[in-house]
Amino acid sequence: MIEERRKERLDRGIKVRTEGIYAISSWEEMGYLLLPRLALICGMLAIPLVIPSLYWQRVISIVCIYSLLALGFDFLAHFLGLVSLGGAFFIGTGGYIAAILNTSLGLPPVLTLPVATIGGGAICTLLLYPCLPLRGVYFAIVTLMYPLVLARIIEALDIMGGTEGILGVASFPNRWIEQYGILVIVIVSLFGLRRLVNEDIGLVFRGVKDNDQAVKASALSINFYKSIAVFIASALGCLGGAYLAHIYMWSGISQFALDFSIIPIAATVIGGGGTLVGPILGCFILVPISELLRAFGTLRIVFYSLILVAFIVFRSEGIMVYAQRKYHQFERWVKV
Amino acid sequence: MDILIYGIINSISLALIAIGFALVYGISRLANFAHGALYVVTGFIVWSILNILQINYILSIVLSLIIIGIIGAAIYQFILIRVRGMAISEIIASYAIGLAMLEGLRWGGFKGMTYTLPVFIEGSIEISGIPVDFQRILVVLIGVLVVFLLWLFTHYNRIGLALRGMAQDERAAMMLGIDSDRMALVAMALGSLLAGLAAVLLLPMGNIVVEAGYNKLIMAIAVCIVGGLGSWVGAVLAAFLIGFAQIITVKYIASHFHMVVALLAIIITLIFRPSGLFGRQKELEERV
Repeated sequence: MIEERRKERLDRGIKVRTEGIYAISSWEEMGYLLLPRLALICGMLAIPLVIPSLYWQRVISIVCIYSLLALGFDFLAHFLGLVSLGGAFFIGTGGYIAAILNTSLGLPPVLTLPVATIGGGAICTLLLYPCLPLRGVYFAIVTLMYPLVLARIIEALDIMGGTEGILGVASFPNRWIEQYGILVIVIVSLFGLRRLVNEDIGLVFRGVKDNDQAVKASALSINFYKSIAVFIASALGCLGGAYLAHIYMWSGISQFALDFSIIPIAATVIGGGGTLVGPILGCFILVPISELLRAFGTLRIVFYSLILVAFIVFRSEGIMVYAQRKYHQFERWVKV
Repeated sequence: MDILIYGIINSISLALIAIGFALVYGISRLANFAHGALYVVTGFIVWSILNILQINYILSIVLSLIIIGIIGAAIYQFILIRVRGMAISEIIASYAIGLAMLEGLRWGGFKGMTYTLPVFIEGSIEISGIPVDFQRILVVLIGVLVVFLLWLFTHYNRIGLALRGMAQDERAAMMLGIDSDRMALVAMALGSLLAGLAAVLLLPMGNIVVEAGYNKLIMAIAVCIVGGLGSWVGAVLAAFLIGFAQIITVKYIASHFHMVVALLAIIITLIFRPSGLFGRQKELEERV
């Protein structure tokens, strides 16, 4: 007879200790908590220093912009249950706002970025508001439509620069400000969001995802919480878009391109949904690969889509969930 | 008068595109974001069979409809079945499949004006002073026929009745011995076949372009939302509503607003009547 065994997973003692006040009892515990966080922060801040070529430094900025989008996607999908298929919509809105403010009013990037973030977030939230009271696939459908339709409208009416786009947007004073600016933004938004979802409001968000009737029964307005979350996610995307407009010194309809919609989704699925760190990790893996594959044109999108399908069907947990499990738990085989 | 004629033609083409999407969603609660991709892929399959294998037009159409049905079934059987019931994964997976197909075609060099299908019958007739070509009349006739056949199929056929049972209440249908996965497979194959049929009928009136995949998907979704997701009667009626609205906008405002009509229709429906014109029974489920 074959001896049947199963894999047992147990939390490490140190993990349990670091959850409470005992976290500060010794250097070991503090190191256990701080090491992954510091490794991430220091690693990200060191990237511009270790990468020599100007081209790849530019790629890092692009990676960070995708990271902002992916963060927003992960936040909406895994904490609110809203799947956004239109990252390009956020990027485009932010990019156009920043470009218009900069070229027609002459505002510097220091002012256009916050205005584009808040204003763009508000516009996106307002436009998406009609589908928020509904469950199901409506949000995905409407977010899928907006970038396609908006690009078509701009093209057809020849408004906001038409097919040429808006040229002559101011760039950043130098490349160090450009790179560290966006890196710091990504780090701050990552830890800010992580804090947010562990606060009371995060509990409500998860409640909206898992059981909206219960949230409603607690006299909380679901529309209100959903719009807050959509505002946060779209503001992140708009910030990325505004940054992109300033980096390329240009804003145009290619900011509504599919890349911005599909890469954040792929990064989230590969990196591990629901962890918020995972999507950023996914972006740092996927976007450089995408740059290497630039010569293949739209085959890149085929490539991501196939990776995405493979991951979602066969390995839906993603890298980060796996890594967290290995870090926090040990496994052993036990007899059934 | 021309509004009436072109409106009817446009509406029936919309209904043809949307009915496949409505069918799949109604039966398996699966929003098939690859619908537009299946539409375009059919066009290229017909073109390839016609130009590479050089066989009879009608035969190649039948052959490609069978192929697209099999492709749709394969997508369900090998990919979507594994994520069924997980809303986030379902949407992402079907969207990614559609993107892979469309962008793959674009990469493969299928773009530009070079790919056209011949019309079934050349020539046109005048209906009260307006020239209408035979292909458009054929679209109307076949569209009506398809809707009628679908009605017959779902009312007088065992599989059709099972499909309707699934659409009404999946759990009850399973208790009565209807295999939910097999029916969803049938629905997906049928939906893809309908997408293919729409492609075969509509593509001879223009070029085969990859962008059509996104446009048709949006149109199909707009029609289905206005009509109530999952409601087939609603989809057909909404197709007439949006179809006429589009023709009127194109005539009196500008032809660029073709797509905006669809988006506006969705937004207005979501604000005032979220379950659509005919989605009454699902109102409680979908509205929070």
